[in-house]
Amino acid sequence: MIKEYKTITEVVGPLMLVEEVENVKYDELVEIEQANGEKRIGKVLEINQDKALVQLFESSQGLKLPTSKVRFQGKSIELGVSQDMLGRVFDGMGRPTDDGPEIIPDKMLDINGEPLNPYARDYPAEFIQTGVSAIDGLNTLVRGQKLPVFSGSGLPHARLAAQIARQAQVLENDEGFAVVFAAIGITFEEADYFIKDFRRTGAIERAVLFMNFANDPAVERISTPRMAITCAEYLAYELGMHVLVILTDITNYAEALREVSAARKEVPGRRGYPGYLYTDLASLYERAGRIRDNKGSITQIPILSMPEDDITHPIPDLTGYITEGQIILSRELHMRGLEPPINVLPSLSRLKDKGIGEGKTRKDHADTMNQLFSAYSRGRDAKELAVILGDAALSDVDKIYAEFATQFEERYISQGFNTNRTIMETLTIGWELLSILPRTELKRINESYIDEFCPTPQTKEV
Amino acid sequence: MGQAQNIQNTNKTGTVVKVAGPLIVASGMADVQMFDVVRVSERRLIGEVIELRGDMASIQVYEETAGLGPGEPVYLTGEPLSVDLAPGLIEGIFDGIQRPLASIYAQAGDRIARGIDVPKLDYEKKWKFKPVAQVGDHVIAGDVLGTVDETEAVLHRIMVPNGLEGKLTWLFDGSANIQEPIAKIEKTDGTVEEVKMLRTWPVRRGRPYNEKLAPDEPMVTGQRVIDTLFPIAKGGVAAIPGPFGSGKTVVQHQISKWADADIIIYIGCGERGNEMTDVLMEFPELADPRTGMSLMKRTVLIANTSDMPVAAREASIYTGITIAEYYRDMGYKVALMADSTSRWAEALREMSGRLEEMPGEEGYPAYLSSRIAEFYERAGYVACLGSDERYGTVSAIGAVSPPGGDISEPVSQATLRIVKVFWNLSADLAHRRHFPAIDWIASYSLYSDQMNEYFDNHVDANWSKQIQETMQILQEESELEEIVRLVGVDALSFQDRLTLECSQSIREDYLHQSAFDDVDTYSSLKKQNGMLSTILDWYHMGQKALDAHVLFNDIIQMTIRERIARMKYVPEDKVDETYKAIKNQLEQEFLALMEGSGNID
Repeated sequence: MIKEYKTITEVVGPLMLVEEVENVKYDELVEIEQANGEKRIGKVLEINQDKALVQLFESSQGLKLPTSKVRFQGKSIELGVSQDMLGRVFDGMGRPTDDGPEIIPDKMLDINGEPLNPYARDYPAEFIQTGVSAIDGLNTLVRGQKLPVFSGSGLPHARLAAQIARQAQVLENDEGFAVVFAAIGITFEEADYFIKDFRRTGAIERAVLFMNFANDPAVERISTPRMAITCAEYLAYELGMHVLVILTDITNYAEALREVSAARKEVPGRRGYPGYLYTDLASLYERAGRIRDNKGSITQIPILSMPEDDITHPIPDLTGYITEGQIILSRELHMRGLEPPINVLPSLSRLKDKGIGEGKTRKDHADTMNQLFSAYSRGRDAKELAVILGDAALSDVDKIYAEFATQFEERYISQGFNTNRTIMETLTIGWELLSILPRTELKRINESYIDEFCPTPQTKEV
Repeated sequence: MGQAQNIQNTNKTGTVVKVAGPLIVASGMADVQMFDVVRVSERRLIGEVIELRGDMASIQVYEETAGLGPGEPVYLTGEPLSVDLAPGLIEGIFDGIQRPLASIYAQAGDRIARGIDVPKLDYEKKWKFKPVAQVGDHVIAGDVLGTVDETEAVLHRIMVPNGLEGKLTWLFDGSANIQEPIAKIEKTDGTVEEVKMLRTWPVRRGRPYNEKLAPDEPMVTGQRVIDTLFPIAKGGVAAIPGPFGSGKTVVQHQISKWADADIIIYIGCGERGNEMTDVLMEFPELADPRTGMSLMKRTVLIANTSDMPVAAREASIYTGITIAEYYRDMGYKVALMADSTSRWAEALREMSGRLEEMPGEEGYPAYLSSRIAEFYERAGYVACLGSDERYGTVSAIGAVSPPGGDISEPVSQATLRIVKVFWNLSADLAHRRHFPAIDWIASYSLYSDQMNEYFDNHVDANWSKQIQETMQILQEESELEEIVRLVGVDALSFQDRLTLECSQSIREDYLHQSAFDDVDTYSSLKKQNGMLSTILDWYHMGQKALDAHVLFNDIIQMTIRERIARMKYVPEDKVDETYKAIKNQLEQEFLALMEGSGNID
């Protein structure tokens, strides 16, 4: 028999104080029932003797202190999971919002998960083809990686994310591939774009969507990504699927954390975000990965908009320290009309070396990647110099590099949001671009690869 | 030692009154001492007392506290947080409070379950103990009683425990586990004490030594930019701050792999789980260039990944350095990597916040810098305890992850006040894919002078002169670059342009080093010297050639430069002959150029 308390003494923002409680446990799920039977949920944030501080996961609006009843559930927040969740749409707390039937859970799982023993992890090493050259060719995504997209307001990260969700596949086969999508505090229109895009392309069949809209209570956002990842863990580790988790937008999540932290009057860290932001973000991101002797995998693509495009802002900064690289969208490239506007130079995939090369993509992949990076970097420098000093100031070689940079952006990066390129197509375009350069400049490529793959023989000598 | 036994003996003394995340407040704790270990609730979660007020104690719990509530019991152990020291540490991978992750995996599966009680070391395994001391000897603390082949690469010396002195009356010879007696020592008061291989030591207290000495020998890392420009001494301390993506972890991994240390302690503190997995999978496959043995045979890993409980992160640093000191006491050269100390500092901050302490800068506790200083001061070059004049070192290399790469923040600043070597990783270099992205202008090593003297005597008498010139060329480059940016490269004299070419060659052909190339990943000092001197030879001859009116373009288009650029890929065993050939060709080509311009003297 669960006890009911009518001893709520305070409600401040998302926090509620219940007194004279007994046997309450830290992190326990709390249910609050209004006089009219309406139920809300929260969790215990702190217990001090007989006082429990409860964080609501829903708005406190309309909460009446004397008549509300509080029940402590004796367990953490759980999500009922089942294979039938594929193809369905849920709200931020895991309740179905489409017209489908209720989910009959196969299992109830604690949404906080438990830390993964590093000893139990398997190192991510399998290539995922996203069909986007700037990612596949230069910042390769591998199965079990967490690779965020750093964007800014007004940049087309939603379109890129939808494109990846639609096109992503593992090379050898496509069995058991699923997408779990968590919308965290995004607008209806943005969410609608995703749902429509998933429906249009049929991707919805293999997707589970969790939607928390901008006008949903902010505190609910703290649970939404955890719901999504818990669902992903079930699909991956229990059903053996390869799951791609897309979380958008982490900035909204961090702001919800800050709201709760401020309400608790905690000592703030940088920019008012709580000191434990790193730990908290890690508790989401680190749930990506692969487990030994387990077929499934979880690959995460969190999306976050950098306030004022500032990469040193705590949210992108701490994210970058946890994730295995980052894909950065550039406002400048977006203005110039590149689709997707991925700035490949500061972008990075830390695990790419394990996912490319012979037997995975092709043996020349690593060398051409390094050469493309260095050539593009030099070409961009040359173009900048030309802006200041005029074209005449460039040496002959630098002029070729400038031309290379221009073509690289047009042909390699700007492929459009609806083009799906195989890795072989990406590598071919890479070689076509490299053949603009004289052969002597291709220092980072093994000679034998140049002979084998370079399309135009005239580059042998200048 | 035997924490499990102690728990059974202890009575419940405290009662939980408050739970807030990893912080628990308990009442009825009058008998407890500061920093004692306690077990919380029937789940026996491990915690440590960090504050006492009357009979109330604040406890930081090293495991997830969900499900705990007021009224639950707190058991005392009467012991501070300690590590077990005995054969079996090497090749181990432990969490922040020395629980072997492999045992946890065997017991609990993929996830780290709570309240799990696994022995810190294998208490049953038999080790072959070979006596060294003689029965009848008078022994003092630190004297070697006997040895155990812990791995093929590490000879574990069993020493007389600290605080014990007397006559050795019995010494074991044969196989024993670490809890069995291996020696008996009669103290001056006539009592006899049994000695086992297993020791415990409280992690927050440095292990004693006879004397601390100034470091005088370099720790060769095989990384050219480090050994040549910013060397670290054995027993030295270094910091690597840098924004994310600048390659901190790769530098740390490279040093763990190739540094000429006997023992490597690698602490993954609040970092990525996959990175630890990478180390776990890669190290056993790599061979130590000195012994030819697998690198894992000299390595201890401590992993507290960022999803593991935050309080144990704070402890992991101390666990690591205590183990490092233990091997130092055996007379070994130990290198300790801590990646990243910023996460450790953040764990301090989080606990401090929950204790409602008055915050210092950026919310960090006011005692941050003294804690950082305490930690790094435990590194050093010491004369060990014992009568056989052993010397051991602990070199500590800490990564720092400054927010936004801005090192004006408190953790970086507190670290820089202590460390002698500063390898500043630059985001700009990293974006250009110049790795290791150690900025040659901003970094420094205060050991340079002593180390260069060592290199002059042991590698090449010209070493320090070369280094000086290299630094000067790089410095000049950064000044010339300014001019080029303003007025273009044509405005420079050919002498200056040659300097630019040379510095480019130093940067790309020498300082740039690929950690992923089988050959380039490690360069011996001999190879480093050969490479650098060849590049400088080209520069010197080039200067002479310019004076002799050889065309600038002819100098920079010399075919030898291609070979110079590929010097880094020459395997160690071919270095002598190949470099000699390159130097020969270099001279021939210059001779030809001079002849061509008719200016041979």
